[in-house]
Amino acid sequence: MYAQMVKTAGHGIKPRDRMTPQERAFQDRIDAGEKIEPKDWMPDEYRATLIRQIGQHAHSEIVGQLPEGNWITRAPTLERKAILLAKVQDEAGHGLYLYSACETLGVSRDELIAMLHAGKMKYSSIFNYPTLNWADIGAVGWLVDGAAIMNQVQLQKTSYGPYARAMVRICKEESFHQRQGFSIMMKMAAGTPAQKRMAQDALNRLWFPSLMMFGPPDKDSAHTAQSMAWKIKINTNDELRQRFVDQTVPQIDYLGLERPDPDLKWNPDKADGKGGFDYSDPDWAEFFAVLKGNGPCNTDRMKARVDAWEQGAWVRDGLSAHAAKRAARSAQQTAAQ
Amino acid sequence: MSSEWPLFEVFIRGQHGLSHRHVGSLHAPDAEMALKNARDVYTRRNEGVSIWVVESARITASSPGDKGPLYAPSESKIYRHPTFYDIPDDVEAM
Ligand SMILES: [Fe+2]
Ligand SMILES: [Fe+2]
Repeated sequence: MYAQMVKTAGHGIKPRDRMTPQERAFQDRIDAGEKIEPKDWMPDEYRATLIRQIGQHAHSEIVGQLPEGNWITRAPTLERKAILLAKVQDEAGHGLYLYSACETLGVSRDELIAMLHAGKMKYSSIFNYPTLNWADIGAVGWLVDGAAIMNQVQLQKTSYGPYARAMVRICKEESFHQRQGFSIMMKMAAGTPAQKRMAQDALNRLWFPSLMMFGPPDKDSAHTAQSMAWKIKINTNDELRQRFVDQTVPQIDYLGLERPDPDLKWNPDKADGKGGFDYSDPDWAEFFAVLKGNGPCNTDRMKARVDAWEQGAWVRDGLSAHAAKRAARSAQQTAAQ
Repeated sequence: MSSEWPLFEVFIRGQHGLSHRHVGSLHAPDAEMALKNARDVYTRRNEGVSIWVVESARITASSPGDKGPLYAPSESKIYRHPTFYDIPDDVEAM
């Protein structure tokens, strides 16, 4: 999930009898499935939590361009290059839709970017892992975008209108991302023994980091209840993780690759007899270390973002100066007429 | 020193014959650049045949609190709807 460990503002879920009449009316609207719009009254904690969540989501889309952007110039064919370029451009778009949605809550774009650069806001842990070779680009599209879709599909029903609408748009664009990744994996898994080994290696390395995308286990997610009551989180971390595992294991088998975790076995008793795959937990200590800034690529990713922002300042300033000059000139012309 | 570019709202006509519809917003130094950015951000898959941009600050919006005074008066005017009138079946198409 692109927004992991979003700390919900406030002190846990507020019981109905402790709500003010205004808060109660707000909760009633959410319970009735109404969307909350920017100008509507909302509790401060709802606003603060959404800023964190949507902001983190936006940052993830933007930082998420880096591991894949790294391979655009080295794509094996012109067609793969055009596809990867289009995908990375989509991610830039996703970041922009989400920043706009976040700004409707009263925070500015520059403030959000400054908070990211100061380390006060986070982005998904997954983008702190390197993409070492072309097979990783396949695995990222297949697994990372696959996990992101799992999260984003349910967020289309989130209570905040601008966020829900951004999600609808994003989901429409997202499915090609996963498919192009899987198509790279199919090609490599059916290729030479060396190519198949690369595909297996990419799957093995990215499997657990992908499971981490859904955030810590439910028993350690203290703030989930309030976010779910507000419908800014629809499913729990473990529910989404299970869904992702169940969807992905048959795809691993289809590719003819080995399952990256010996514990990945069908358990018919799971989910009240509906069945589901058992899986081993990712290394949560590693997850927390990566979030804290100690993953393999944290420093590189932040440096790339800050450099881009600072080195692009003259372009932003130049365009602003040009716009101001033209506005002044046309004002003068109007006055002269 | 950089100052933030103004925010623009983007409206797109999806197909000939339809109205422009709000699709989102973006920052740009001026309207001309907003139009160029809107093309990249909102029409990467042939989503439109025409784009409007307008600076967000220029939009005047009704406030949610005005819902009652603005829309309640028309609620009682059910005679504005065709279903209010009982026309016998013999009259056929009307
Ligand atoms: Fe995305
Ligand atoms: Fe994507």
